[in-house]
Amino acid sequence: MTSVVSAKGLGLTFSTADGDVVALSDVNLDIQRGEFVSFIGPSGCGKTTFLRVIADLEQPTSGTITVNGTSPADARINRSYGYVFQAPALFPWRTIAQNIALPLEIMGISGADQQARIKRTMELVNLEGFEKKFPWQLSGGMQQRASIARALAFDADLLLMDEPFGALDEIVRDHLNSELLKLWARTQKTIAFVTHSIPEAVYLSTKIVVMSPRPGRVTDIIESTLPAERPLDIRESPEFLAIAHRVRDGLRAGHSYEE
Amino acid sequence: MTPVKLHWRESSGFAILAVLATLIVVWYVAAVLMNWQGMTDLYQRKDVTGVTVTQQLYDVLNADKPLLPAPHQVVAEFWKTTVEQAVTSKKSLVYHGWITLSATLLGFVIGTGFGIGLAVLIVHNGAMDRSLMPWIIASQTIPILAIAPMVIVVLNAVGISGLVPKALISTYLSFFPVVVGMVKGFRSPEAIQLDLMRTYSASRVQTFIKLRWPIALPYLFTSMKVGVAASLVGAIVGELPAGGGNGLGARLLAGSYYGQTIQIWSALLTASLLAGALIALVSLAERMTNRSLGARA
Repeated sequence: MTSVVSAKGLGLTFSTADGDVVALSDVNLDIQRGEFVSFIGPSGCGKTTFLRVIADLEQPTSGTITVNGTSPADARINRSYGYVFQAPALFPWRTIAQNIALPLEIMGISGADQQARIKRTMELVNLEGFEKKFPWQLSGGMQQRASIARALAFDADLLLMDEPFGALDEIVRDHLNSELLKLWARTQKTIAFVTHSIPEAVYLSTKIVVMSPRPGRVTDIIESTLPAERPLDIRESPEFLAIAHRVRDGLRAGHSYEE
Repeated sequence: MTPVKLHWRESSGFAILAVLATLIVVWYVAAVLMNWQGMTDLYQRKDVTGVTVTQQLYDVLNADKPLLPAPHQVVAEFWKTTVEQAVTSKKSLVYHGWITLSATLLGFVIGTGFGIGLAVLIVHNGAMDRSLMPWIIASQTIPILAIAPMVIVVLNAVGISGLVPKALISTYLSFFPVVVGMVKGFRSPEAIQLDLMRTYSASRVQTFIKLRWPIALPYLFTSMKVGVAASLVGAIVGELPAGGGNGLGARLLAGSYYGQTIQIWSALLTASLLAGALIALVSLAERMTNRSLGARA
């Protein structure tokens, strides 16, 4: 297997007016091709920052990181990842189809090819028939699906997802989680997924990275023993609960309640 | 959906008419109060006695050179100098209105383009922001009445007269709201939208065309409404130093020379109708743009 993301001794310190804030400290991690890796931890543990370092949206202050064997900056310039943000960030003046076309236009993909890709990705996220709708005409869950379609449209092998379902209700979230697993199985992409929900992390991942704050660091890396085929009721199986228990232990160990 | 039927008291048409009627009543009352004494003096000079109040009221509202003309006098003069005059005649307000309008439009187009250009520079270059913005603000602290005659005289000395100098004064007034509005508009993308463009490694030009420009359009239309009104003021002010020339400004000046208050007010009425029409046009363009950009109806 080849490493899609490889971080060694990675650290990032923000200089603020109130002094330095250590967002990441000595992070060592490998993400292999085809893995579904979740990052879980309380707010301030650096999980989003780590994702942003992979995407070249933040610059590390120490250590090394490679994405697809190159620097994050080169990976970004090569358009080797798609990024899904916490909010859908759809442009309100574009229809759903035009929003999905946005990266394609920027990357200079021809009109006919654009249409084919829009059709294919909208099918992948089950949004057929909503091409001509504007974002405000869609529910929050549908908007986030559209933003996933937009990230898939240019066929990057790596998908970075930063709490994409955090703002959605439990029912919609369950539904989108199982859809995301199917999508992952069909597209064979590598997915890095930030969340603060233990069931979500355990349900989705092949590997769970538990992080803790002050300073942001990795406290546990759990390889999931769950089968590839995961119906929603797998969340009541003893195996699932055992992994969830270990994640919870990892979170507790990393968090000192005396503070 | 079936339209909700409004009671006549609740409709906006009623509110508009009520305000208009109030204004006209206030105007009539003011016209009577302001002109009453002058008419009394006139009767005395001409040894006219035994005038009834009704007669004086009639005379006051139909005087030749009243301090404040009554609305029907202004409307009658307006009618006479628009509909009943050939549009090429120097007595036609359509003729003078067009002279002013052409300078307004030219100045407005140049001013809007110039304003957008400056805003682009300011948003994309920190040095430009710090070096240009103070000058732009300073430019608007100079009274336009002080600078307009100089522009007219200096340009006239180098052989440029007529439309262009007036348009330049319009430009001077109309670029400012556009710069301020568009700097704000071009800076209105959220961090998450700029991050998104960065993940696509979009160039600055692409980010401008796909994100900054469309998101700034609402700001552009708001600025243009202010700018087009300022442009009209600029063109009128630009016509004042020319004295006895053409355009609504010259018409205002000539009216004040000869105490032709009715002529002044009908020129003012023309100017305000022009301003209203220009702003309505900008609003129409705004609505059409909004519709094509998916705004909620």
